[in-house]
Amino acid sequence: RHWFLLRNQRCTGAYLYDRLLRIRALRWDYGSVLPSALRLHMSAEEMDWFNGYKKSLLPLAGDQGLDITQDMKPPKSLCIKVRCLKDYGEFEVEDGASVLLKKHSQHFLPRWKCKQLIRQGILEHVLS
Amino acid sequence: MAEEADLLGQDSDGDSEEVVLTPAELIDRLEQAWMNEKFAPELLENKSEIVECVMEQLEHMEENLKRARKGDLKVSIHQMEMERIRFVLSSYLRCRLMKIEKFFPHILEKEKTRREEEPSTLSPEFAFAKEFLANTETYLKDTALKHMPPNLQKVDLLRTVPKPDLDAYVFLRVKERQENILVEPENDEQRDYVIDLEEGSQHLMRYRTVAPLVASGAIQLI
Repeated sequence: RHWFLLRNQRCTGAYLYDRLLRIRALRWDYGSVLPSALRLHMSAEEMDWFNGYKKSLLPLAGDQGLDITQDMKPPKSLCIKVRCLKDYGEFEVEDGASVLLKKHSQHFLPRWKCKQLIRQGILEHVLS
Repeated sequence: MAEEADLLGQDSDGDSEEVVLTPAELIDRLEQAWMNEKFAPELLENKSEIVECVMEQLEHMEENLKRARKGDLKVSIHQMEMERIRFVLSSYLRCRLMKIEKFFPHILEKEKTRREEEPSTLSPEFAFAKEFLANTETYLKDTALKHMPPNLQKVDLLRTVPKPDLDAYVFLRVKERQENILVEPENDEQRDYVIDLEEGSQHLMRYRTVAPLVASGAIQLI
């Protein structure tokens, strides 16, 4: 009987651990703020784990000005073509010039500037 | 990159030996550390000196670029180079992080036995591993274990989390000639299977056999 209990414990453990691994993947896909649709699927303890994970990741991920959660793929070019999905307003690029990001407008902007906005869904990388 | 040829000084821990590297060599070392880390099944030694020097180098390059003329072709090429270096560095740190998360109980156990010598894991990484352990234990406890009968309430993470597979096969290239590498120890059917590794040759071997050579830099994983 004890063996059955152990087996059940291992199965629940495996299921919970797998959920944790997926939540961890979410942090790397979406950044620090999860969309509310996902948050509904998580239990309170999982939110706690996620917050704890975020917190312990901070000193490592963002230290000395290098954010390792960026740059997931090797860079192909300096500037990328992006299309604006939502109205954002003024966006400042390097030499102080600013670009007005209106819905459906297309721009050719430096890659590293756009990364954050692409993540948030405001800009979209155009591959044509 | 040749224009930025400032020689970097670097103190290795404790000794007053100065190891001076050109930027090209430094980037080379970073790439080697990156590839080794990617292909090794276990967490390798932390090359924090390389990481720090590369960060410094990136800062230098950024400053130089700010002072340079605008619209110069060299500027975009340098910027591209910087992006690439940043990617390699990020990838290296991410790879280490993933290994720490994967093998955290074993790494913490190894660290405990290593306390007298210099710690192989940089303190932020070690702190991360400890927090990760605490976090995961709390989660498992609160979600499942407290509902279980008393004799099942502890989970031995050392046993349940899989160990790094040191017998995985890895491709390698030999940088320094090695003699008499023991591939298979003597057993009933065969004598010691011993080979010499020629410089520049490439092999496919079990990681366990070559682990110390990777650590010493005599072998490059590919």
